[in-house]
Amino acid sequence: MPPVNDPAERHTLSMLVDNEPGVLARIVGLFSGRGYNIDSLTVSEVSHASHLSRITVVTTGAPMIIEQIKSQLDRLVPVHRVVDLTVVGKAVERELALIKVRGKGEIRQEALLIADSFRARTVDTTLESFVFEITGKPEKIDQFVSLLEPLGLVEVSRTGVAAIGRGPEGM
Amino acid sequence: MMREMTGAEMVMQALIDQDVEHMFGYPGGAVLPIYDAMFHQNQVKHILVRHEQGAVHMAEGYARSSGKVGVVLVTSGPGATNAVTGLTDALLDSIPLVCITGQVPTHLIGSDAFQECDTVGITRPCTKHNYLVRDINDLARVMHEAFYVAQNGRPGPVVVDIPKDVQFAKGMYVGPENIQHRTYQPRLKGDPEKIKAAVEMLAKARRPVLYTGGGVINSGPEASRVLREFARLSGYPVTSTLMGLGAFPASDRQWLGMLGMHGTYEANMAMHDCDVMLCIGARFDDRITGRLDAFSPGSKKIHIDIDPSSINKNVKVDLPIIGDVKHVLEDILTVWRGMKAEPDRKAIASWWSQIDKWRARKSLAFPSSTRIIKPQQAIKSLYEQVKDKDVYITTEVGQHQMWAAQHFHFEQPNRWMTSGGLGTMGYGLPAAIGVQVAHPESLVIDIAGEASIQMCLQELSTALQFDLPVKIFVLNNEYMGMVRQWQDLLHGGRYSHSYSESLPDFVKLAEAYGGVGIRCSNPADLDGAIHEMLSVNRPVLFDCLVDKTENVLPMIPSGKPHNEMIMPDHPEALDDAIDEEGKMLV
Repeated sequence: MPPVNDPAERHTLSMLVDNEPGVLARIVGLFSGRGYNIDSLTVSEVSHASHLSRITVVTTGAPMIIEQIKSQLDRLVPVHRVVDLTVVGKAVERELALIKVRGKGEIRQEALLIADSFRARTVDTTLESFVFEITGKPEKIDQFVSLLEPLGLVEVSRTGVAAIGRGPEGM
Repeated sequence: MMREMTGAEMVMQALIDQDVEHMFGYPGGAVLPIYDAMFHQNQVKHILVRHEQGAVHMAEGYARSSGKVGVVLVTSGPGATNAVTGLTDALLDSIPLVCITGQVPTHLIGSDAFQECDTVGITRPCTKHNYLVRDINDLARVMHEAFYVAQNGRPGPVVVDIPKDVQFAKGMYVGPENIQHRTYQPRLKGDPEKIKAAVEMLAKARRPVLYTGGGVINSGPEASRVLREFARLSGYPVTSTLMGLGAFPASDRQWLGMLGMHGTYEANMAMHDCDVMLCIGARFDDRITGRLDAFSPGSKKIHIDIDPSSINKNVKVDLPIIGDVKHVLEDILTVWRGMKAEPDRKAIASWWSQIDKWRARKSLAFPSSTRIIKPQQAIKSLYEQVKDKDVYITTEVGQHQMWAAQHFHFEQPNRWMTSGGLGTMGYGLPAAIGVQVAHPESLVIDIAGEASIQMCLQELSTALQFDLPVKIFVLNNEYMGMVRQWQDLLHGGRYSHSYSESLPDFVKLAEAYGGVGIRCSNPADLDGAIHEMLSVNRPVLFDCLVDKTENVLPMIPSGKPHNEMIMPDHPEALDDAIDEEGKMLV
């Protein structure tokens, strides 16, 4: 069978792009137009002086597809550089989430205990709710959210993954 | 050169500085300032089209036959959306274009203004790159960048969308000299280590094949020359995709003919059975590979391409070389000579004797008839009469296109203009007009079908207006022939809407436009009628009434490998050639 049917892998791609109108649409459009997955996406300007933004995309696909995604991104005119952080080595990956829980009495106690053990911070409190802030790997946030689920989880807002390679070299 | 001028003047100045001689366009409210600036100069000649799709195909024909960038100018809204088909066509066939579109003034963008559309949004996936110029101070740079991006690396179409207020605004013009692109720097030279490895693989090959594509044409005439030199030096067989025809001379003994779905038996069998495949500027498209998991199963594959995203897209290759075809082939030649590489003469001789056996099957044979004109015969007769002339051929899309590819033979690159990737019916006539603009003294023929020709027929009026004596050679079988063939193949011969009812009288139609119409239905009259067409120095529409039921053969049915071709001596095999899985494919 064609190698496209090899098992899917999860990769984190990081790219530096010109911070110009439409650049995000170009990248997102490439993923949707060619049928690739976006599991998570983060974008922000990283150098105001040189108008550069850094985009981090977590995607899944067979190795041949991942290679294809990287080359397709690389040939977009405003893209300076694409690095597959998963190939380069274990990258540092972090995500931030804000999580709102609603409840009274014992349930509040329980939620605070769980938040404490995950080193989440309480950033908003009312008599019947908390908003927690948590930073970590996506799996840790998944786990934290699933523990809060039965305790009155109201809503979750997540940033998506930001990632950077380990060691002294830049991308 | 720095000089203050309006945006519209900058557009014209940039075109002049980019050595643009011709552009194809259609005016409208949002480009009037540019048309006014055009009025004040006579260096860039403007060809007024009848529909914006025609303008883009003309620019494609112009670009592909001349090696220059094709330039298009259209207005906002419908002007831009009508150009989309042509832009997509140019993207898929890697044709360098710069398409300037007018836009509503910046303060109206997003307000659903009259003739407003999100041009950069719509054309983002069908261009190599596009720009919306909101600031007059960016305009000159963007214009020059657009030309740079269109023609460097893998060529493609670039859209520059210019709001009307920016066309009126004044700013400083900068010339092309000081423009350097920040990020887009495609690699031309191949990795020397890989080139060395390729030469070693090629020299050891026992059953090699050179599989060439449109990239050889795009790389310039020099690339074709180097290809010929390498083929001669090695003695290896050469085949090509539809887009690459002409890069290698069809009269050469080492030429196998086109490969793929309607390619020759010998080309496809050589692809299937080879042990080393050198893919040069081609992209393993589905028309070429047939069934992917049975594609050339025993070969080591080397792939030369300027676009890294072409590598390992459909077929996993053993040795990718990123670079421009001309540069890489030159380096391969140098290393080959430096290593004093010698092909395995004995193995190559026995490979050729196998290929000659396949050739002897005569896969392009067709039954002759004295009663009715066979479409293949029509192409052959045309070819015989024009082959020694300075001729350029364009086509529409369908059966006639495949017969032209099979039975018209090309000796030189840039002589064959066809819509390969997108398969755009309506491409051929405007493309022929574009070719004729670039080569006013040459013979330009659009080989067409009666269905396709009606998709951009209005451009006949453009040909008349600008004295462009293109010849339109219509193989009229009263069917959308390729659709009918597939309905035979897949849908039990139920010809749902593939019959061209109420056809116009093409002779009268040509005359109505001011051209010449010729009709021929008798095989005995064909040569004389073609001669008559060639003797007229005006646009001619030749209505050639051909066999209505002829199928294009040979054929690799969808979902089948190269060595399961249906041959003209067993056409009945078409009846149940495609299984359920194959039916899903296109």
